[in-house]
Amino acid sequence: MTTTSSTASLGAFTGTAQPTPHRFERAVAAPAAVVVPTVPIPAAPPPRAHSGTWGRRLVQRARRAPISLWLAWGVLALVALWAVAPGAFTSYSATVGVAGQQLQAPSAAHWLGTDALGRDGYARLVFGAVHSLSGAFLAVAVGLVLGTLLGVLAGSIGGWVEDVIMRTVDVLLSVPSLLLSLSIIIILGFGTLNAAVAVGVASVASFARLTRSEVVRVRRSDYVEAAFGSGGRFGAVLWRHVLPNSLTSVIAMAALQFGSAILSISTLGFLGYGAPPPTPEWGLLIAEGRNYISTAWWLTTVPGLVVVAVVLAANRISAALTKGRA
Amino acid sequence: MFIKYLANRTGQALLVLWAAFTASFVLLQLLPGDAILIKFLNPELGLGPQEIADIRAAYGADTSVWQQYQHTLLGFLSGNFGYSVQAGVPVSQGLATNLPPTLRLAGLGSAAALLLAVLLAFASQLTRWGWLRSALQSLPSLFISVPVFWLGIMLIQVVSFRLGWIPVINPGKWQGLVLPTLTLAIPIAAPLAQILIRNIDEVLTQPFVAVARAKGATRQWVLWKHVARNAVLPTLTIAGVLFGELLAGAVVTEAVFGLNGLGSLTQQAVGNQDTAVLQAVVVVSATAFVFINLVVDLLYPVFDPRLRSRLGT
Repeated sequence: MTTTSSTASLGAFTGTAQPTPHRFERAVAAPAAVVVPTVPIPAAPPPRAHSGTWGRRLVQRARRAPISLWLAWGVLALVALWAVAPGAFTSYSATVGVAGQQLQAPSAAHWLGTDALGRDGYARLVFGAVHSLSGAFLAVAVGLVLGTLLGVLAGSIGGWVEDVIMRTVDVLLSVPSLLLSLSIIIILGFGTLNAAVAVGVASVASFARLTRSEVVRVRRSDYVEAAFGSGGRFGAVLWRHVLPNSLTSVIAMAALQFGSAILSISTLGFLGYGAPPPTPEWGLLIAEGRNYISTAWWLTTVPGLVVVAVVLAANRISAALTKGRA
Repeated sequence: MFIKYLANRTGQALLVLWAAFTASFVLLQLLPGDAILIKFLNPELGLGPQEIADIRAAYGADTSVWQQYQHTLLGFLSGNFGYSVQAGVPVSQGLATNLPPTLRLAGLGSAAALLLAVLLAFASQLTRWGWLRSALQSLPSLFISVPVFWLGIMLIQVVSFRLGWIPVINPGKWQGLVLPTLTLAIPIAAPLAQILIRNIDEVLTQPFVAVARAKGATRQWVLWKHVARNAVLPTLTIAGVLFGELLAGAVVTEAVFGLNGLGSLTQQAVGNQDTAVLQAVVVVSATAFVFINLVVDLLYPVFDPRLRSRLGT
């Protein structure tokens, strides 16, 4: 029985790729938004050690990836392109409508129809990508940086620092994240940036909890003991061994949080706390289309489907990161 | 032993509650964005500085921070949640009128969610066709990715406008609750179903399942008699988290369907920067979360005899 732990860490160092998961396993792979994976999985190798073969391993993994993963990356790439160069995808304006073309159903001229002001639905969707994506990125960045910092501090220092941080995390987790976001927004005021920060702050607690548990797990492993044993100083061991090995599941969670940040930001936009009206933010598009659901179904249906596609893609990638880890 | 455990857990719960109150007080009452100034500094009201100072004194906003904190804490302990500056009525009054409809919606929603999740999890286990099984098992990850407000709008669009099953204007009392309940239930059923499916798969690998099957029990019998109880119990532990989701879902659902309740109260409070109302909502929801988790922790040994021996009762 004593050999199990050493073989586990050995397997992690050789970086053997796991076989493609079974069909059923993949179907349930996306973890629930509220559940942090609890199964201890062998740690991934430090990324720098294999930098020479990194490109080749990426190609191998890409060839073995299931089609749903390809699709997920495709969706995210398309939406990212929308955000970077919206003008390349549509010649219509997102904010100025064409007179006499109000509330038209989808057609060859207007792929996704027009709204009550004659604005092209597809153009508004394309130009809205940058608001939703940059908001989600900012939210994840806030949660990731603050949460990881708190988690690493709690996990590595221990003692009363850990107690204070983790009790604070408990308190933050006891308030539903939407209410927490609203509490931040009520102080900061409305706006795209403030909504993103509010969503980010609401996710700090879960990042901190996951990072702490990972740091505590890695700290107990043999190679960290060995690093300390061979004379490594606290800060150096933390930076070189503990942090890289703790980050893998944190990154997977960041991908998951990216999806839920898109959801939260569109919810805040729908409630009217995000971007102000002429902005084509996705949640706001749905809110504006709400007044026409009996006559113009395309105004609400399509932006919602885009949100669902992006969130599904982010969750799929997160599931692959959690499972693959090779 | 059990008494010690009980006291320990209750003490922890009270500590978290006190911290939640203090954090929300610091965040919502001390930081800039003063609700009183927002309402009364309005130039149309034409109030002088002296009058505003009087109003602030009437609301107790001129006393020291420490006094305000003590006053608010004592108020919350005695069920007095302060005054809503915008509405001009006690917050507790707003809570009393808005809590019952939200509780009814949340109760219906969680019951429907539980039903949906159990049906989905067991149907996917009992089906003999692989494609149906994987389709059923991938449904939860789809539903988790759907924005709640969009789901509500889609349901109105399809059920009310296309199919004409439920009138949009003046539906019956219970008829009008069907779509909000579904809107609330589906996103909450998703994580529940995922956990149930995972737990069932885990329990099915246990030796006692193999023994039961070897003795000649059918798949259905094993699932109901041996697996169900073991798989359903662990989902209790996420009851508190799901309650939070339920509350957040209620805020959005009430906004979509134009219902009165805690959600619309919260939405108005944020719109008017009425911090006292929002703090009351935050503290009430934190209380419910902590209470649910405490009850689950205390009830768990009752449902699971294996834990009882560990606690020594």
